[in-house]
Amino acid sequence: MSALVDFAEVEVGEHLPGIRIPLRRVDLVMYAGASGDFNPIHWNERIAVDAGLPNVIAHGMLTLAETTRVVTDWTGDPGAVISLSCRFTRPVPVPDDDTGAALMVGGRIAEKLAAERVAVELIALLEEPDQSEVTVLKQARAVVQL
Amino acid sequence: MPPYQVGREQIREFATAIGDNNPAYYNVDAARVLGYMDLIAPPTYPFTLTMRAMATAIFDPDLGLDYGRVVHGEQHFLYERPISAGDELVVRAQIASIETRGSNELLTTKCRVQTIQDELVVTTSEVIVSRGTAA
Repeated sequence: MSALVDFAEVEVGEHLPGIRIPLRRVDLVMYAGASGDFNPIHWNERIAVDAGLPNVIAHGMLTLAETTRVVTDWTGDPGAVISLSCRFTRPVPVPDDDTGAALMVGGRIAEKLAAERVAVELIALLEEPDQSEVTVLKQARAVVQL
Repeated sequence: MPPYQVGREQIREFATAIGDNNPAYYNVDAARVLGYMDLIAPPTYPFTLTMRAMATAIFDPDLGLDYGRVVHGEQHFLYERPISAGDELVVRAQIASIETRGSNELLTTKCRVQTIQDELVVTTSEVIVSRGTAA
C-alpha cells in the first residue's frame, strides 16, 4: 500500500473533494452486467412500480461504489481502504430520460486513528427535481491506511 | 461451487461500470507501483461474489423471498487486502439472523471471502430487506 496523503497533514473536519455523479438507465444496465445483479427493479419500470417503488432504482452498491471514489481518489491507492460500511436509507430513482438522476458524493475526516489510519464519513446526496438534496446513505464510513 | 477466478478484464469491466478511472484497476504497471502483484479490484467488488453465494440461500423456495421485493439495507466490508487479478476465491456465506421490523423482514448474512489456499481476503456482512412481506 502506498497512499498519496501524508497522515500528519490531515485534519479532523477537513472535507475531501466532492464529485457530481450522473446516473442514467444505461449506467444501471452496465452495472447490472458487470456485477451480475440482475434484479429487475434496477432496469424494469413495470416490476419496480409493481413492487411499490417510485421508478427503477439504482443498485445500492452502485451508489456505494460511486461514493467510495471520494476516498480512493483522495488516497490514490484503492487498496488502502481497511473497512467500508453504510446503510442504504433512501432509494435512488432513475427516470427514463437523457439526464437520469444525479448524486453529489463527498467525504469528511471524522477521526484520526492509531497506526496512521483515518476514518472518513462518506456523504451521498440525491438531487431532487426541485434542486433540494436528500441523503441516501447513512452511517457511511471508510477507514483508510495512510 | 467451484472457486471464482478473478480476471483482469472483469476488474476493468467492473471499474468501467462504476465510472472509476483509477489506474490500479486497468494498468498492471500502475498497480505494481502501488505494491500489488496485479490489477486490484475496487473496494465494492467483493459484493459481486458474496451476492452470488447468498443468492442460492436467499432465493431458496423454502425461504420464500420475492426478488422484486428485496432491497439492500446495509453493507459492511473488512479488508485484509484488496482482491487482485489471479485470485481464486471461495465464499463462505451464512445467514446470521432473520428478524421482522414493522412490515419488513431483515435478513443478515455474513460472508468470508478467501483464497483456495485459505487466505482470508475480505469479511462482509450484509442486510437484505424484504419489503412489506412480514406476516
